[in-house]
Amino acid sequence: MSDKVKVTIDGITIDVEAGTSILNAARQIGGDIVPPAMCYYSKLQGSGGKCRTCLVKVSKGSEKDPRPMPKLVASCRTTVMDGMEVQNITSPEVTEARKGVVEILLINHPLDCPVCDQAGECHLQDLSYEHGSEATRYEFERRTFDRIDIGDKIQLHMTRCILCYRCVYTADQITEQRVHGILGRGDAAEISTYIEKAIDNDFSGNVIDVCPVGALTDRTFRFKNRVWFTKPVDAHRDCPTCSGKVTLWYKGEDVIRVTARKDEYGEVEEFICNTCRFDTKKTSDWVIEGPRKINPHSVISANHYTQLMPPSVVRKNPALLEANKEQFERSTKL
Amino acid sequence: MESLSNRKKVLEQKPMSFMERIYLPSIFKGLAITFRHMFKKKETVFYPEQTRPVSENWRGMHSLKRDENGKERCTACGLCALACPAEAITMTAAERKKGEEHLYREEKYAAVYEVNMLRCIFCGLCEEACPKEAIYLDGPVVTADYLRKDFIYGKDKLVESPFKS
Repeated sequence: MSDKVKVTIDGITIDVEAGTSILNAARQIGGDIVPPAMCYYSKLQGSGGKCRTCLVKVSKGSEKDPRPMPKLVASCRTTVMDGMEVQNITSPEVTEARKGVVEILLINHPLDCPVCDQAGECHLQDLSYEHGSEATRYEFERRTFDRIDIGDKIQLHMTRCILCYRCVYTADQITEQRVHGILGRGDAAEISTYIEKAIDNDFSGNVIDVCPVGALTDRTFRFKNRVWFTKPVDAHRDCPTCSGKVTLWYKGEDVIRVTARKDEYGEVEEFICNTCRFDTKKTSDWVIEGPRKINPHSVISANHYTQLMPPSVVRKNPALLEANKEQFERSTKL
Repeated sequence: MESLSNRKKVLEQKPMSFMERIYLPSIFKGLAITFRHMFKKKETVFYPEQTRPVSENWRGMHSLKRDENGKERCTACGLCALACPAEAITMTAAERKKGEEHLYREEKYAAVYEVNMLRCIFCGLCEEACPKEAIYLDGPVVTADYLRKDFIYGKDKLVESPFKS
């Protein structure tokens, strides 16, 4: 087993393939020690290294060179070395740095969560809730952009964007030719299409799913309902272009949104096509598999009960029922 | 038989004296109390015309607030409905159109906002959940009615009346 390397993350040792990133090694362990990631997306090649939320401390470089790395490193872009020791939540330096990163990510974020359709499944919301501070120190005007419609199905709120480039990589890899990218540089950078050209690719809707914030949202779902009032259900259909495995979001009897299935890190399992996402919103189009498992700590599970038949509060008393019936008959006779 | 706890009090009834037997002193004593109360401050208020002052943390009927420019504050974020333990609140959001900027503060607003007053337990959690300071339980007591459907209060009853300029 020469291609396996040993890495210790927060005191937990695991053997992983050489060439794995620290983040992926941590994900193989799972649990609290997984660094959060805003820009890294395992399904998109080349993603990562932009948001700096996954910073970790390498306290021992490797077995051969045990010196610690001088600065915190981005775990999504750093590959593991044999005998490496990594500190994530056990290092106060990392927690402090992450707090700073969240503050910088939120500098230009409008925090319009009550209006935003992503609220409830927004990664930035989770991240700032866990690692951020309560108040902002920023006193200047935040950058604002006008809302842009990319095609008739996707809406871009550039104001909310954190420039993670995930959507650009999606457009690069999932679709054949990309029609949107980053315009401008530095502070002026913005995601845009050239001359607001409509995306007419079959898989363009996936940019909605990969977006960690509410910058790219479904126009057909715009202001329809809050995520936590809808009921996610796994379903599939025979789709000629994609796998057809999706999550339907029900409100009452109606499917109000269709998304790809997302795993615990918010990454889609399989990309779905635009026909599945936007055009088939009837229950009859789908084969229902069952309710989607949602993390019980998520706001989406709030007020939802997993038990199908909750135990009755009052025990049934047959004698009493019989007596009540008799009483009722007697009183109606009178 | 002697009682176990030994705490039993034995009352003995003496025969009444002459003054007690004519009952008149006791009657006058009782009447004096009644007459004294006629000159005291009255505790009753004439309710529908007069109301008692309520305490600082009084929770009554909901009201949806407007901001200083008279725009509705509610943005239909649904947090009140999520926080509501009685599931009394429902709402439907709508997008603000051009030309409605003077009516609603944010680009999204509640087109329908209903509180079922029969379900509501006046716990005030919606007030606490609201990120926009839009809902407060500062109204009067919810009045009685005849039909269940009349207890579902819509925006016509809940929204504050517009400011007079």
